Amino acid sequence: MAQVRYDEATRIYPGTDIAAVDRLDLDIADGEFLVVVGPSGSGKSTALRMLAGLEFIDNGSIHIGERDVTLVPPKERDIAMVFQNYALYPQMSVAANMGFALKQQGIPKEERQRRVAEAARILDLEPYLERKPKNLSGGQRQRVAMGRAIVREPQVFLMDEPLSNLDAKLRVQTRTQLADLQADLGVTTVYVTHDQVEAMTLGDRVAVLESGKLQQCASPREMYSRPANRFVAGFIGSPAMNLLEVDGGDGSGVALGSMTVPLDGEVGRSVGAHPSVTLGVRPEHLALVPSDGDRTLPGRVSVVEDLGSEAFVHIDVEHRGETTQIVVRGEGESDVRRDDNVAIGLGGPIHLFGPGGERLN
Amino acid sequence: MTESNPIRSFLLGLLTWFIGLLFFFPVFWMVLNGFKEEADANTDPKLFFDPTLDRYRDIASGDQGLLSFGEAFTNSAWAVIVSTILVLILAVPAAYALSIRPVAKWRDVLFFFISTKFLPIVAAILPLWIIARELDILNTRLVLIVLYTAMNLPLAVWMLRSFFQEVPRELIEAAQLDGASLRGQITSVILPIAAPGLAATALLCVIFAWNEFFLAVQLNPVDGSTVPIWVTSNVSTRGNFLARLSAASTVATLPVLIAGWVAQKRMIRGLAMGAIK
Ligand SMILES: Nc1ncnc2c1ncn2[C@@H]1O[C@H](COP(=O)(O)OP(=O)(O)OP(=O)(O)O)[C@@H](O)[C@H]1O
Ligand SMILES: [Mg+2]
Repeated sequence: MAQVRYDEATRIYPGTDIAAVDRLDLDIADGEFLVVVGPSGSGKSTALRMLAGLEFIDNGSIHIGERDVTLVPPKERDIAMVFQNYALYPQMSVAANMGFALKQQGIPKEERQRRVAEAARILDLEPYLERKPKNLSGGQRQRVAMGRAIVREPQVFLMDEPLSNLDAKLRVQTRTQLADLQADLGVTTVYVTHDQVEAMTLGDRVAVLESGKLQQCASPREMYSRPANRFVAGFIGSPAMNLLEVDGGDGSGVALGSMTVPLDGEVGRSVGAHPSVTLGVRPEHLALVPSDGDRTLPGRVSVVEDLGSEAFVHIDVEHRGETTQIVVRGEGESDVRRDDNVAIGLGGPIHLFGPGGERLN
Repeated sequence: MTESNPIRSFLLGLLTWFIGLLFFFPVFWMVLNGFKEEADANTDPKLFFDPTLDRYRDIASGDQGLLSFGEAFTNSAWAVIVSTILVLILAVPAAYALSIRPVAKWRDVLFFFISTKFLPIVAAILPLWIIARELDILNTRLVLIVLYTAMNLPLAVWMLRSFFQEVPRELIEAAQLDGASLRGQITSVILPIAAPGLAATALLCVIFAWNEFFLAVQLNPVDGSTVPIWVTSNVSTRGNFLARLSAASTVATLPVLIAGWVAQKRMIRGLAMGAIK
């Protein structure tokens, strides 16, 4: 077990000019579960493969424990990886798949069998040990891939979207088991996903990547309540945070349509320094309220997504002379209907971002 | 072709059978001839006749002083088996270096391999003969082994390369992370998955080497002669020989058929393994 450190690690694929992973700095503590999340093509897999030794590191370095592994080949890094399509050896039985790495290490047969049996017990794979991967269901294959990683007792687990080939229900179930297993084993884990629910529920910390650049690395809670920039604000949270361009004005407050949002002194000064800033409000920090002058914003309901326990109401509002849509979280089983005229009130924190996307408050 | 017209598909089926039989007939006739008396085979071709095994007895006993089937078969077996093994041993690493971890200028290398086949073999036979004479390996199995290896290597490299390319990259990466050495990756992951391709490649090498006649006749006319040369030795200048030649040809075809059958089983087993995901 060990901590992992990316130090300005950069990967530029041959034949391309832009870095797929650009000067990535990350410190991952021993035993930590770090989730890397980001949109497609943001460099998540590349970052993981750099740690695995499957991609050359063009610049910077990577450490596992005290060891600089920048130039160490994959087989000497003592890491185990779970691939998105599991990459099980098709010609080998489940037991042989799980024991393969141990065999490579020259571990005696009895010990190998003992460790494979132990992993199979943990993962409920005992009845399938003699089967070939093609005769397993998707969920069982996924567990074999996990088993292959855990029998090794490696320094670090790497997982690249390991749940994305499972159906929705199984994914949720496996997610909980995975979190449990990792906590039990206490092995440092780097987990790549594009699913932010996975990121928020699994990670001790979450790292958001975009265009190869690290946007923020923080606990899920902090990521949600204090996104470091506009990108993270829009990316984390479902439905997404409402983000609207507003005039900076004199800094005493910003105007959202006909509603005025007052600002504190210090925040107001940094907002007042820009002609235009981005105001962000999460749907659950808005509410449908009785109309109240410039403290509320009138609008017309366009869509109601009622999920039973809660409802997301999409509302067309007039802002800066244009019609834009704002999402408000309301009560479930609501009686708001399309085309109703409503008023929106602010009931929670706001986020302000400067023209470069940086957080202002 | 959206709706199946029964008359149309019947006619197509008929045509297919006709073409198939057209191609198969000469082979069938050859096999049939091998069980005839010379007279039945030559002067007055018959479809119905009294089958006899005499022609097979003739070719088995052979003529005094001439190449016997046993010798020819041993020579062929040596040349074919050893050259095919050599080809695979050389082609596997070459194909690896051209597909899974491509060397610099791999396209040029690939082209070079196939370019060695551009030259008609007749154009090279004299230098080959002189080299073989200088090395004192004329009329040996060795010269055929070397030449058959060289002859089949380009094809084998090309074929194996395309089969290796089909091996999912994640599997090789998984093996790397599992600590397998390069050899381990090739023997425990790549080759088992590419086994059908390996079998197909080996089969082609065996067929080409087994049937090779030109080099064998030029460089190896006496001691190390192979089965194709033995077949022609059944051509006689006195009297009829068609039935006997047919029997010899049939015997010469059998090993290739058996090799094909064995390889096919291997190929199907490999395909059935499937399910990489
Ligand atoms: N072998 C390669 N050669 C060149 N460019 C590549 C290669 N692999 C990936 N890239 C590029 O690098 C960038 C990052 O790719 P990467 O696979 O790391 O993204 P990702 O975040 O894992 O995306 P996804 O969520 O779709 O898996 C992309 O722009 C991609 O096009
Ligand atoms: Mg990816």
